[in-house]
Amino acid sequence: MQDFALHRPTSAAAAVETCRGCDEGRYLAGGQSLIPMMKLDLALPSDLVSLAGIAELSGIRREGETLTIGAAETHAAVAESAEVAGAIPALAGLAARIGDAQVRNRGTLGGSIAHADPAADYPAALLALGAAIVTDRREIEAESFFAGPYETALEAGELIRAARFPIPEAAAYAKFPQPASKFALVGVFLARTAEGVRVAVTGAATTVFRADAIEQALERSFEASALDGLEIPPDGLTDNLDASAEYRAHLIGAMTRRALTAI
Amino acid sequence: MARMSLNVNGRDVSADVPDATLLVELLREHLDLRGVHVGCDTSQCGACSVLVDGRSVKSCTMFAGEADGSSVTTIEGLADGAELHPMQQAFRECHALQCGFCTPGMVLSAIDLLERQPDPGESEIREWLEGNLCRCTGYHNIVEAVKSCAAAQRS
Ligand SMILES: Cc1cc2nc3c(=O)[nH]c(=O)nc-3n(C[C@H](O)[C@H](O)[C@H](O)COP(=O)(O)OP(=O)(O)OC[C@H]3O[C@@H](n4cnc5c(N)ncnc54)[C@H](O)[C@@H]3O)c2cc1C
Ligand code: FES
Ligand code: FES
Repeated sequence: MQDFALHRPTSAAAAVETCRGCDEGRYLAGGQSLIPMMKLDLALPSDLVSLAGIAELSGIRREGETLTIGAAETHAAVAESAEVAGAIPALAGLAARIGDAQVRNRGTLGGSIAHADPAADYPAALLALGAAIVTDRREIEAESFFAGPYETALEAGELIRAARFPIPEAAAYAKFPQPASKFALVGVFLARTAEGVRVAVTGAATTVFRADAIEQALERSFEASALDGLEIPPDGLTDNLDASAEYRAHLIGAMTRRALTAI
Repeated sequence: MARMSLNVNGRDVSADVPDATLLVELLREHLDLRGVHVGCDTSQCGACSVLVDGRSVKSCTMFAGEADGSSVTTIEGLADGAELHPMQQAFRECHALQCGFCTPGMVLSAIDLLERQPDPGESEIREWLEGNLCRCTGYHNIVEAVKSCAAAQRS
């Protein structure tokens, strides 16, 4: 691994400032994606700015109909949070099934969404719930945040502070995991909100997306029979060793049904 | 280079290591704790698991500098002299190891589970240990060991 300098600031402002002053600065959260990438020389930072000592990036708060989760909250903390379980139990359940126990003890919400793996779990929740990503300089709607595989709307050095989730009437997440990695072969997050039904799919394509046809069908009738006869075309879906595009299309329907029964 | 201080297996230690040092390298190469095993070095197998402030982490996927100020427990820190930790004892009694390569990580990960869930069901144990791969035992006796340790600790 290429050598780098590790910085450990104690405020978000200092983290942004430090990163700005570096050649190839990168934030380090749980390291569960970044360290494996560095070992493969897929990331070659000159400097890592650790977010571990920044208290203002953690915290889970419910205010009215909004749940705010700090970027540095680990998957384990979200899975175990009574606040999350009370407001959006599907989100706690999603976090509890990311990777494995050790990954959940280190990996964070902010790291997961900044990394934007096309098979990551959180992006489906953010998109289906219509969450906002709060950074050091602005708020970005989930809808315009995930731009492609490992690509987001974040500018160089932009720091995610938190994600803000509107609390839905009901929600569920169903994932068919790739058995070795636990990432989603296909994951479907289903939310019934005051504005309507929202369905987001992860793992199936190069980036998370909303399944419009399923949303419209469930809008007409919020039950599994509404999906009968609905064709989910494999066009544009990922086709690789793990699963064909046709199988992924089938799984989108199957996971939607599973989420519906869990709701 | 960073100077760091941490507590490892109850002892305060300080070290000067390059920033790119992984926690597993600090433990094995600088502190000579060879019970921390490297199976894959790609965050998959869990053989390198240790407890950092009581929670299991893959020490091949954490920089040593991030453990500054923390307490780290490795397999060497569990026994009290000749007296094994109850989880080690349970692994021994249930024949939960064959080659033993995965065992340090399994034992520490299982301790983390019982800290949070003193009475886990079989599927909970199996799910919890998903981050620890064993190529020998078929897992059955490992699950039995965790159950038996949990029962012993509750009584
Ligand atoms: C064995 C294994 C299994 C896994 N299984 C799953 C799974 O089933 N589902 C899943 O979703 N994920 C899975 N993951 C990925 C895991 O969830 C990671 O924790 C996550 O993708 C990255 O979070 P992190 O905190 O570790 O970030 P890091 O690895 O530290 O950082 C990732 C990227 O995000 C940037 N970053 C971090 N925090 C911020 C911030 N606040 N603002 C701006 N940029 C930031 C970093 O600079 C880096 O580019 C798995 C990982 C492993 C090793
Ligand atoms: S050596 Fe760390 S997970 Fe395999
Ligand atoms: S006992 Fe050999 S790998 Fe588990």
